[in-house]
Amino acid sequence: MKIFVNDVENLLVESLSGFAAAHGDLVSLNLDPHFLTRAHKAKNKVALISGGGSGHEPLHTGFIGHGMLDAACPGHVFTSPTPDQMMAAAEAVECGKGVLFIVKNYAGDVMNFEMAAEMISCEHATVLTSDDVAVENSTYTTGRRGVAGTVIVEKVVGSLAETGADLAHCKALGERVNQRTASMGVALSSCTVPAAGRPTFDIGDNELEMGVGIHGEPGRRREAMRPADDIVNDLVTAILHDLKPVEGSEVLLMINGFGATPLMQLYMLYHSASKLLAAHGLTVARSLVGNYTTALDMAGASVTVCVLDDEIKQHWDSPVQTAALRWGR
Amino acid sequence: MKTEFILQAVDAISIAIHAHESEIESLDRAIGDGDHFINIKRGVTTIAAMREELSALPADVALQRIGMKLLSTIGGASGPLFASFFIAMSKTLKTQQEESLATIAAAFADGVESIKQRGKSDLGEKTMLDVLIPVAQTFRQQVEAGADMPALLTAIKASAEQGMLSTRDMLATKGRAAFLGERAIGHIDAGAKSSQVMISAVCDLLAQT
Repeated sequence: MKIFVNDVENLLVESLSGFAAAHGDLVSLNLDPHFLTRAHKAKNKVALISGGGSGHEPLHTGFIGHGMLDAACPGHVFTSPTPDQMMAAAEAVECGKGVLFIVKNYAGDVMNFEMAAEMISCEHATVLTSDDVAVENSTYTTGRRGVAGTVIVEKVVGSLAETGADLAHCKALGERVNQRTASMGVALSSCTVPAAGRPTFDIGDNELEMGVGIHGEPGRRREAMRPADDIVNDLVTAILHDLKPVEGSEVLLMINGFGATPLMQLYMLYHSASKLLAAHGLTVARSLVGNYTTALDMAGASVTVCVLDDEIKQHWDSPVQTAALRWGR
Repeated sequence: MKTEFILQAVDAISIAIHAHESEIESLDRAIGDGDHFINIKRGVTTIAAMREELSALPADVALQRIGMKLLSTIGGASGPLFASFFIAMSKTLKTQQEESLATIAAAFADGVESIKQRGKSDLGEKTMLDVLIPVAQTFRQQVEAGADMPALLTAIKASAEQGMLSTRDMLATKGRAAFLGERAIGHIDAGAKSSQVMISAVCDLLAQT
């Protein structure tokens, strides 16, 4: 496959530099160690820091700014960032009320953030996101993966943090959003890690990977292609089986593209998923459609449902000003 | 242990890892996410570039430096795990008055123990520990039994090989492959393979010297 590249070793730094230049009003970039912060440091709030492997853009760098993150630490493609990055980021953005790390539940991310947390001196806490229902929680002790639902956690906790809420409150709300959020994805093609130069997995023209992860790691089943409504039905069924929302609940429906699926397709999936949710007696009160947690050039999409309550809804609606989400301000 | 030996081992590991590039990559693509070899290579290359700085240091300090450098360059799960190994090994060597094979075996075992703690993992979970734990045990037992160098090296290599192969039929419960459930059965773990390759390379180096 073809990609734009000068030297594959410099791809990440060139991309981060472009991002920082394009959004100079919102973010500023530090190299060695790599981290990005808000262009204007916030005051008197819990500092929210996330991070993870690159290749999922706009996650997490695209969510730095008022109402969401204070800093993000990008790792190499699909590889967790390192503790020195989180420590430097924490030092740069901490402003008296402690640091909350928002970490997707992968062994590497968890260990690197854990080592950073052990070495920093300010007050800190961590929220682990684990919204992917493709993997059962009980059998495999690593637990569920954190995927697109992380965006909702970052938005809602980000809003709460702006109000000056303390660290314990921010952590508790983050965990509540995570518990009320479930996702599942499907891939139509593989992705290609630039440095590896070949597709991560092989998939036939008439096949799909049900339950795929955001690194192109194989899901639970390889299946033949089916009509879109059928595929969405499987995703929504798995999500609702996990969430068990009370009939009449308000939900947020997010359709997330993995990078190579056009918006036209994503809206078609939204149409399909929202009808299904309505048929289950749920009210789709909020929506988000677009490429928010990508897997490089993978074709496919994920469905995320978050069961709202008044506090979550209020913080979802509040103003946000980041490169990838911007409203009310 | 001499720092010069550590530097030779880094070179030997680098050559061995590159010789197994396609094998490790294809194992990782099968049940991982395809970045294991790239991460290992980044670590090895970075350490090899520290030759000048390391050569002036005592062995325990050199191992500690290697650990801290790996922590800030590899990332992923491998970074903290390899870093913990070298930092723990360094700590044990520092406390030893005199150096012997027994102290090196103890340092190696402490390194492996710190990987278990950092990864909250143990034998039988389809990870690098399925190579490292048996190797640490074999190393200690052979030294206690007074085995000569060729016998010790043969036993360690065999133990690493056996541990690596044992991951083929395991259900993964840790690491990226854990998300695959039964689909991971039948595949050797890429981290177990790379650990076996590195241990084997160091044994071959010792056999020559």
